[in-house]
Amino acid sequence: MVPMLSTLTSLLAVNPVPWARSQMAFTLAMHIILVPLGVSWAAMTLIANYKAIKHDDRDALLLAQRWSKYMAVTFAVGAVTGTVLSFEFGLLWPRFMGQWGQAFGVPFAFEGLFFFTEAVFVSIYIFGWKRLKPWTHFWTGIPIVLAGVMGSVSVIAANAWMNSPSGFTLNDAGDIVEVNPWEVIFNDAMPLMAAHMVVAAYVVGGFLVASVYAVGMLRGRRDRYHRLGFLIPFSVACLAIPVQMGVGDALARWVYNNQPMKFAAIELVPETSSDVPETLFGHLNDEGEVVGGIPIPGFASWLSDPADGTATVIQGLNSFPEDERPTYRQANVVHLAWDIMVGLGTLLFLLALWYWACWIFRKDMPQSKVFLWIASAAGVLSVITMEAGWVVSEVGRQPWIVYNLMKVEDAATGNTGVWMTFIGVIVLYAALAFTTIYVLRGMSRRFRRHEEAGETDDYGEEDVPYGPSSRPAPHDEHSSSESDADLEPQDVS
Amino acid sequence: MSTLAAVVLFIGILGYAVFGGADFGAGFWDLVAGGTKRGGRPRAVIDHSIAPVWEANHVWLIFIFVVLWTSFPTAYASITLTLFVPLTIAAFGIVLRGASFAFRKSVLSTRDRRTFGALFAVSSVMVPYCFGAIAGAIASGRVPDGGVAGDPWESWVNPTSILGGILAVCVCSYLAAVYLVWDARRLSDDTMVEYFRVRAIGAAIIAGTVAFVGIFVLANDAEYLFDGLTSRALPLVILSAACGVGSLLLLIRANHQGARLAAAGAVAAVIVGWGVAQWDYILPESLTVEDAAAPSGTIGAVLVATVLAVLFIFPAIAFLFVLDQRGLLPEEGVSGPVNESGEETQALT
Repeated sequence: MVPMLSTLTSLLAVNPVPWARSQMAFTLAMHIILVPLGVSWAAMTLIANYKAIKHDDRDALLLAQRWSKYMAVTFAVGAVTGTVLSFEFGLLWPRFMGQWGQAFGVPFAFEGLFFFTEAVFVSIYIFGWKRLKPWTHFWTGIPIVLAGVMGSVSVIAANAWMNSPSGFTLNDAGDIVEVNPWEVIFNDAMPLMAAHMVVAAYVVGGFLVASVYAVGMLRGRRDRYHRLGFLIPFSVACLAIPVQMGVGDALARWVYNNQPMKFAAIELVPETSSDVPETLFGHLNDEGEVVGGIPIPGFASWLSDPADGTATVIQGLNSFPEDERPTYRQANVVHLAWDIMVGLGTLLFLLALWYWACWIFRKDMPQSKVFLWIASAAGVLSVITMEAGWVVSEVGRQPWIVYNLMKVEDAATGNTGVWMTFIGVIVLYAALAFTTIYVLRGMSRRFRRHEEAGETDDYGEEDVPYGPSSRPAPHDEHSSSESDADLEPQDVS
Repeated sequence: MSTLAAVVLFIGILGYAVFGGADFGAGFWDLVAGGTKRGGRPRAVIDHSIAPVWEANHVWLIFIFVVLWTSFPTAYASITLTLFVPLTIAAFGIVLRGASFAFRKSVLSTRDRRTFGALFAVSSVMVPYCFGAIAGAIASGRVPDGGVAGDPWESWVNPTSILGGILAVCVCSYLAAVYLVWDARRLSDDTMVEYFRVRAIGAAIIAGTVAFVGIFVLANDAEYLFDGLTSRALPLVILSAACGVGSLLLLIRANHQGARLAAAGAVAAVIVGWGVAQWDYILPESLTVEDAAAPSGTIGAVLVATVLAVLFIFPAIAFLFVLDQRGLLPEEGVSGPVNESGEETQALT
């Protein structure tokens, strides 16, 4: 059997590097959608929870309870996709991990700590609805918020380390002989990148949750419950987005100073010069000339360093050896992603201005259908913005996996069957995504049915995967009273 | 320092085997529980026993990975390069298992539920088999040092790996059955206590037999490990056998609590025995723990994170279990407190 398998393996042998890249990109792109929910949803739930206790607000209480249940689902799916990523580090990039794991890996030791803290407290919070006094219960939610932020900071610290590797000593053979964990974690790129991601989590999480209620309001569900469900997350997002503009601007300038080739790709600059125009869209052709797009003269130079204005010199792609900088095609991807991120980010910022202006002048949120239409789209748009930003960061670092120290192609596995695992992963994730949405919709419909039937949801712990099962399993008194067998099958007993 | 990192690594493996192993084993019993009707009751006990744990036991696996890739990066590279196939299968299995268990629980129709249940059960068997095979591959010296790939198939399709895989499935099933006896008792379901007790005894006998046969397999296929097991790790082997026999006797005498501890002890002793037997190699006969170890700065950071985890997470988990066992708040007016502890059990109607 073994020789037969070997023959089969060699027949199916395909260069693993592009497949490994694609698989990593795909799984990260899926995981990053769940990240904002894991990081910021708990905070929004606590705002509702606080309001509920402080003002004895039944609607807010209902929101907090339901959100905590949705959150448990997205958190569980995020945990699964995160576990896949930890496998992939080794399976796809064994040479990277072999050589740099001792430095790159350090933040993950802490990420694991924060992740688990978060997981335990998500469980405690869900258990706590029925078992703890209101304020005690509220405080058990705080660690979720903190651990969520710290966990994503840890992951970004590792990613930032790939952009600005530091905190280690190499010997003549290029092997790490000493590691300073502190400098690994707090590398130069880390503070701004981490801030950018954490704020992004609040922007995206806020818009994403709010968009669901915006759709509900458009469908005529204009009760106070939906209004609150919209206002809390939307306000969070609209507070976060101006901050994000500032953080993003600072980060771009950091890239200008520290990762000139990424910056050249972002601004689509083939040759080093001053008075570089900010080109909206457009691309580099095979000869490395900027084609198409709308140039704003001198603006890219001015943005890079307003003190020097348009005289600021930006290093061009061609000033770097061809095999040490992003290719033109990669630069085009980076530039397009950059335009999308900045464009959509600005659009969302304007939406936030509209929202706040209405509050200031009319003491109420905008009521027009147009606003609600845009607000319903804002969730998806903010996800696209975040994905685009992530493409800028990752593709802009090419061809390096560790900036200036190791190339992606030298990091990848030699296993030639990666294309098969990639196809498997796509199928699996498609099923996972479908099921997640199906489950969340099912929960939402069930909540509504309960409401229309005039029932309150019993705190509904049993809806939540991995939640506590408050009922003794073999003697199930609840299931017999459930009518909707479609969504809630009778317990088998 | 490197020894300390290796100890921490083995604590992770131990935790995964003793706690995570039981989760996988529960999936095995789910698989063999029979049709929808006949298997309904055992499945309900299994559901109840896994649900509160929230797949949290995979954190042990992530912990193992993190310790490996930070503290023993070259060994980690060798392992992932060589054992790409079983690791990939295990990863798919874990996703399928986690997702299908989560989703089958309450939201889908009976037909879909059956599909998800089957996925859950099959992957519960697949994953421990793969991990056992991986352990076998490492222990029998089939993963070469130097970040190079060993044979992608022969490395895990060989006598020691097959033994490792089967033993892992048996041990998980055995642990799970013993734990499930305890869970069924907490639920005051005497029929199920008996159901799982019989299966626990059966699994104990089978696991013991496989382990016994395994000694001869190792003698031929993994000499370094065999030598270790029959010399410096011999006390642990004997301890494991004693615990195994002990748990069997306790099961027969229906001392469930004692059986549970003895079973965990038997498994723990085997795992520690494996570590001691292949000491001081991390990849037997090609890479020692000391040579593989990362600089002290890295290991220090991992140890700090480990200590913090113990300080923060254990109290949090303890709190969670207290909540789980605690009655509902009286003012909520929700019926019937859930009693997990034997003493103050009220009628579970």
